[in-house]
Amino acid sequence: MSSFLLWTPLAFGIVGLFLPKRITGWWATLGAVATLGIAISLALGFDSGSSGLQYSVDTPWISGLGVDYSLGIDGLNLFLILLTAVLWIGGIAFAAFRQQDRPQLFFFLMLVAETATLGSFLAQDLLLFVLFFDFMLVPFYFLFGSWGSDREGGPTAAAATLKMMIFTLIGSLLMLVGAIAAAIISADGGHLTFSIAAIQQQGLDVDSQRWIFWFFAAAFLVKMPAFLLHGWMPDAYRAAPLPVLVVFSGVLAKVGAYGFLRVVLPLFPDATIEFQEVILVIALASILYGSVMAFTQTNMRLIAGYSSVAQLGFITAGIFALRADGADGAILQMVNHGLVVAPLFIIVAILYERTGTEDIREVGGMALRAPVLAALFLIVALATLAIPGSANFIGEFYILNGLFQAKIVFAFIAISGVAMSAYYALRLYQHAMHNRKPDGIASREIGLRDGLVLAPLVLCILALALYPQLILRRTAPTVQQTVASVTRGSAPEAQLASADEKSGWTGYAPMETP
Amino acid sequence: MNFHEPAIDYAGISPIIALTVGLCVVLLSAVFKPLKRGAPALTLLTLASTAGLLIWQWGENKSLVTGALRLDDLAISISLIAILTAGFCVLISTRERAVSEAGSGEYHALLIGSVLGMVLLSQAQNLVTFFVAIETLSIPLYILCATNLRREGSLESGLKYLIVGSLGSATLLYGMAFLYGGTGSTGFEGIAAGIVHNGVLSDPLILVGIAMCAVGLAFKTSIAPFHQWTPDVYEGAPTPVTSFMAVATKAAAFAVFLRFFDVALGPQVSEWQPALAVLAAISIVVGNVGALGQDSLKRMLGYSGIAQAGYMLGGIVVASEAGVSSLVFYLAGYAFMNLAAFTVIVARERETPFGDSIRSVQGLGAERPLLAWPLTIAMLALAGLPATVGFIGKLYLIEALVEGDYTWLAVFIAVGTMISLAYYLRVVAAMWMRPEGASAPGATPAIAGASPEADPIDPEAGRRWYLVGPALLAAAATVFFGIVPQPLVEFAEHAGASLFG
Repeated sequence: MSSFLLWTPLAFGIVGLFLPKRITGWWATLGAVATLGIAISLALGFDSGSSGLQYSVDTPWISGLGVDYSLGIDGLNLFLILLTAVLWIGGIAFAAFRQQDRPQLFFFLMLVAETATLGSFLAQDLLLFVLFFDFMLVPFYFLFGSWGSDREGGPTAAAATLKMMIFTLIGSLLMLVGAIAAAIISADGGHLTFSIAAIQQQGLDVDSQRWIFWFFAAAFLVKMPAFLLHGWMPDAYRAAPLPVLVVFSGVLAKVGAYGFLRVVLPLFPDATIEFQEVILVIALASILYGSVMAFTQTNMRLIAGYSSVAQLGFITAGIFALRADGADGAILQMVNHGLVVAPLFIIVAILYERTGTEDIREVGGMALRAPVLAALFLIVALATLAIPGSANFIGEFYILNGLFQAKIVFAFIAISGVAMSAYYALRLYQHAMHNRKPDGIASREIGLRDGLVLAPLVLCILALALYPQLILRRTAPTVQQTVASVTRGSAPEAQLASADEKSGWTGYAPMETP
Repeated sequence: MNFHEPAIDYAGISPIIALTVGLCVVLLSAVFKPLKRGAPALTLLTLASTAGLLIWQWGENKSLVTGALRLDDLAISISLIAILTAGFCVLISTRERAVSEAGSGEYHALLIGSVLGMVLLSQAQNLVTFFVAIETLSIPLYILCATNLRREGSLESGLKYLIVGSLGSATLLYGMAFLYGGTGSTGFEGIAAGIVHNGVLSDPLILVGIAMCAVGLAFKTSIAPFHQWTPDVYEGAPTPVTSFMAVATKAAAFAVFLRFFDVALGPQVSEWQPALAVLAAISIVVGNVGALGQDSLKRMLGYSGIAQAGYMLGGIVVASEAGVSSLVFYLAGYAFMNLAAFTVIVARERETPFGDSIRSVQGLGAERPLLAWPLTIAMLALAGLPATVGFIGKLYLIEALVEGDYTWLAVFIAVGTMISLAYYLRVVAAMWMRPEGASAPGATPAIAGASPEADPIDPEAGRRWYLVGPALLAAAATVFFGIVPQPLVEFAEHAGASLFG
């Protein structure tokens, strides 16, 4: 069943290559919808009380090298898979409504990218994970480079994309070496296997953990991107075609954060504890730097891009709080952030079509003629700044709670990020929607077609705001186990106890003083 | 006086016999007018029957000709790679200018001669056969490089290759003399026994011999710092010959490199391991940095070949069964990737006035998708991206290196690969990402500096079956073995087991 989920987009993509130009976009949309259908049916059958793998597939792939084709779903990846399926529909449908150059190839690459991304979420074999993680870049390389836009006075799309490839592959290739080393060292002359569970069981000595940890961390931090490793992000974001950016920013950054939970915490527990504060410092730097940059940028894409840096910093901090609450919040926040950043880029694209610019100084006053668009934007903007009542609020609350228990100093600094997010989200909204409308730009209401793309995403945001337990309840058992693999059960029980009945259907559990 | 008829294993030497017979037939065919046009077909027939005989001998592990040769799965697998490459070379040489100038029969006979040298080299387990085979391989290649008689570059390339190649051979021969002097044997196993007997540290003779042999082999496999000839020769030679040289020569030279170091110098492993590892690292850096900014695709592939040789040397460094298997796997994958790339270059050389410059592939994605896809796949595979055989090859090599405690070299491979992306992806970007209309090659065949020496342009070359077919085939194999690598892994494991099993 999980194989089915993984290969459906690719199958649709290959067929789409041979369809006439006119319908290939709709065919791709159908493929993405079918994928979501499979993902939902998997989610419905998901046993939320279990922490183990479900729907697992495990057959030898390259037996000579110990690589298995091993997939599975658990609390860590269930909702990221759903997020992937949802956002891809958004990205593909948005593109299908518009004229694309060489559409067959465009939609083929989009669907290849979906398979690759789903693969990296589903993979339970370390090498398979690395393979999909690296492979994700290939379709995006072509999508950014061929359909992206060159910037005047800046690098061409091809150059910006090349920079992205080199940056991200530094980490990925080191991760490949790290993965192989982890398997060989843990096998210790015995049967070589890349199965994550098996490597976790056999364990690694502390010295090896130390360097392998950094090889993996490099890959994940670049992908997010984290502060100091984000050099590829501004150019790539400016070059990227917006429908692609919707899925890229919405999902790919999460793969890095997910990698920490899936691979780093279980396999390198000693190194994780040892380097916890280093990673937390990087995460906080990302929050501060991303927020400050988001204040000052005038390009709407970059505001969204830098806000992602800050949000991913939050998520990383939640994971490295090494408390169940923090990690629960991190997963919730990954989904939340994907759900807000994707509509944000769609709105940027819509504004661009109306005004011909992505500079917030040159747009404004859109709300007057376009109240529906403004309302949708407002919901997205408020969710971005994590207003109480949104699922983002609960996500950040959980993360901060975890961080408070673990490292209170870091938590205080991280709180400033929450405040700053309010500033950049509202600044973006105000500049675009309010103020005086500059001359020469048209303010039109959102069309039905774009509404069809945008409204479901906004509905997802609202639904999660009402019922965040949907996610928390299902992730909690696996997250507990993952975090316990680091702390070896010595950590205090999760204070918020997301799976706790007392918290009811919202995420707001009554706090108990210990 | 009793005369003992020597026992000759005709089955074992049958591939060599087939090649020799084929060589004579093809050469003679040039004399008889009705057969003149049949040289490529006869060559393919020879190669196919040799391949058939080799496959028939698969699984054997025996000494031939009183220990001069060893027929095992390593030799067979390397020979098969060489023959496959030669087959591609014959196909893409169709209507090549160099062929008509040198004479079809002669050109193809030389090609078979070189293949014969490779088959011998992959089986050599004696210093004498080793040297004879390496010369049998090289001398036809010196000539083949210079077959494009009217192009200065081709002649220069032939001459350069001859001089540098001779220097390499001389160094190798000198080193062999030292080894023979130090151990008293020319057989690989005899040398190993001699080394064990003498103890090497006490014998500088053997150490000097090992060093000189390593240098000679490094010349042949184009490992830095003995690589300077590679880009020039690759660029000047007719492109089908370059493709043959880049893949088959490397495979055969690495086969003997493996056998020589792992068998003859096996007892000495701790002495040469670090030295070769350093050579590999230098090669990776020099090749990858050199390839940056090359505008000639052939030069770029030349430098990339140096870097790839560095990766492959890792398989020898670890001196283990996994090392041999990973090297054989990588060579097989390398053959597919390079053949796809070179075939496309041949096609573009013939249909655009830009030669092998990167400009010749600009806008290829829109213009000739059937050529653009193979070149794209080849570049991504050379860069080691997943879903291609290049990724699995790197995985295999890194696994062998980490197992052999050479993790630092594995990290070098990773870093080198990262650098290599810059030049491989430059080609991909040229094909798919330049704004269309900025320069439409082919549309305006403004032949700057056109002279009678310039090769004639065939605007339909990119549609010819003998170019599109091989390119698609090699690219399909690159992807297929990237997704279903198990058959190729087993093939390589047999080769590894035959040397260490």
